[in-house]
Amino acid sequence: MSPLLEIRDLRIRFRVAGPIRARLKGIDDPFLDAVLGVSFALKPGSTFGLVGESGSGKSTLARAIVGLVPVHSGAILFEGEEAKGGDSDFATRRRHIAMMFQDPVGSLSPRLTVRALITEPFLIHGKDGRDLDAEARRLLDMVGLPANFAGRYPHELSGGQARRIGVARALALAPKLIIADEPTAGLDVSVQGEILNLLVRLQRELGLAYLIITHNLAVIRHVSDELAIMYMGRFVEQGATRDIFENPAHPYTHGLLAAQPLPDPDRRRANVELQGEVPSLARRPKGCEFHTRCPRAIARCRVEIPLPSRLDAGRLVRCHAPLVAPIASTD
Amino acid sequence: MSAEVSRIAPAAAARVGGFVRRIAADPMGCLGLTLVTLLLFTGVFADLLVPYDPIKIAVPERLMDPSWAHPLGTDQLGRDVLSRVIKGSQIALGVAVSAITLSFAGGVILGLLAGYGPRWLDNVLLLLFDAVYSFPSIMLALAIITLLGPSLGTVVLVVVIGSVPVYARLIRTQTLTVKTSEFVLAERSMGAGRFRIMARHILPNVIGPLLIVASMDVPVVITIEAGLSFLGLGVRPPAPSWGRILNDGYTQIRDTPWIVIGGGIPLIVTTLGFTFLGEALRDQLDPKLRKPVG
Repeated sequence: MSPLLEIRDLRIRFRVAGPIRARLKGIDDPFLDAVLGVSFALKPGSTFGLVGESGSGKSTLARAIVGLVPVHSGAILFEGEEAKGGDSDFATRRRHIAMMFQDPVGSLSPRLTVRALITEPFLIHGKDGRDLDAEARRLLDMVGLPANFAGRYPHELSGGQARRIGVARALALAPKLIIADEPTAGLDVSVQGEILNLLVRLQRELGLAYLIITHNLAVIRHVSDELAIMYMGRFVEQGATRDIFENPAHPYTHGLLAAQPLPDPDRRRANVELQGEVPSLARRPKGCEFHTRCPRAIARCRVEIPLPSRLDAGRLVRCHAPLVAPIASTD
Repeated sequence: MSAEVSRIAPAAAARVGGFVRRIAADPMGCLGLTLVTLLLFTGVFADLLVPYDPIKIAVPERLMDPSWAHPLGTDQLGRDVLSRVIKGSQIALGVAVSAITLSFAGGVILGLLAGYGPRWLDNVLLLLFDAVYSFPSIMLALAIITLLGPSLGTVVLVVVIGSVPVYARLIRTQTLTVKTSEFVLAERSMGAGRFRIMARHILPNVIGPLLIVASMDVPVVITIEAGLSFLGLGVRPPAPSWGRILNDGYTQIRDTPWIVIGGGIPLIVTTLGFTFLGEALRDQLDPKLRKPVG
């Protein structure tokens, strides 16, 4: 099956100093890389998870897909088509990809009623004679909210209700892909479960594909088919979710999994594997970005950037000393 | 299209009706609304309400104390002060409403463009605003009046040139904070255009403070008009602006305080009315502050 979304060697960088300021302050490279050398493919109807710490570039990557952030190099193909340049070029893509932002309430325009919020996509992309009231009822029903929510304002909603409204709005135009940035952030655990079950049910019923961004490993294990672990803008490991959880190959992945709390009071965590802080993106370590915190770092890691090497079953890992032996190095 | 308008119009009318009712439910809003309505009524129907011709001179009846015939007495030329105050409200309102409306529209448009438009446009507009700021306002007013000649239109222009930069800066600053919020990003990710985002999503979230400022500027504009008229740079006599009435009464204040009182009370009432209305307006425009009507 051809991929719905394909990303090839993507690089996104931000200017941190204007040309004049860079010259005056003697900054050679007034850019920082938020996303570097990222490639992956998302099949229709499947779920891809993006995991990483804050500032690892997950959200930037997602925003670039819908054209909110310019791409420096590489390509983002949606149904084989690349969108370049202006907003008009992204119009089709934005019709078929819906994005949900982190803050459930903050991503809803505060002066609009729920009815206006969830029917906004029809107004943007042409309503084609649809009855907006009927559409609003249909969408509210799909996310399990009563029809009388249509008259409410965002500040009158709880976090879970607001998140459901966000899902309803994302569903309005029957998209093929929903990008969910931290869909469970700021919600009670029981509500998190409800939202995830809702997403899973909608995927089954509508054949949606999801790109889910989170730092919550339990969430991603529950919902995603494939997974990528992101560190300082790079995918350090990617592959089938189950393989990665059962047998992490990258020391960073291993550290993340080991840091997960376990529901067993007797099994104390022996030691914390991940020490220290993520280095600043402005001062990227030489060689492997992770070597400053890596328990397995060898001399080579300090000088040479590891290329993705292939493990079993389409898994890729960027490490000189992976925990699982690679089959072959790519590139 | 027309079928759609006819379907939407009653809903919009009901919404405005509900809005007015909610303002009236707030005691201060109710008072403000009453005072402003009274003022508007007086201004609009001034020609029907005046008991005497406000510019008719009757020297034998000069400087009379209040009586049933002249509730606010007469001035030094024997003109009925009540009639002049009523007629003056027309001039005051005319100047204030046209000047504030124009400044408001200009400020909102330029402020949104500066805040949400391209960076270069922001820089150009800020430079223009700063240029206007850098003139002392009286000098600016005098220069404009010298160029164009004193008239009501010139007074309006002076106010508009002075307030558009202030209003636009207010809108721009608010726009800058709103434009990075997630709901604007969400709209962009859905493919909403610049103008849709500005009009539907940014404007309602930035306009509140400007409404307060503008409604509180109404009495300020009336004072500016009065001041310029006092200097002979606004309304030409014998037109009865409140400023002229105050000026006329100023010289007589020891013998006949009625003229100053008659010209001053409407100014105070107008200030209070628009201030109360402005605050009630702000509370109602922000759904978070909106109290349910029982």
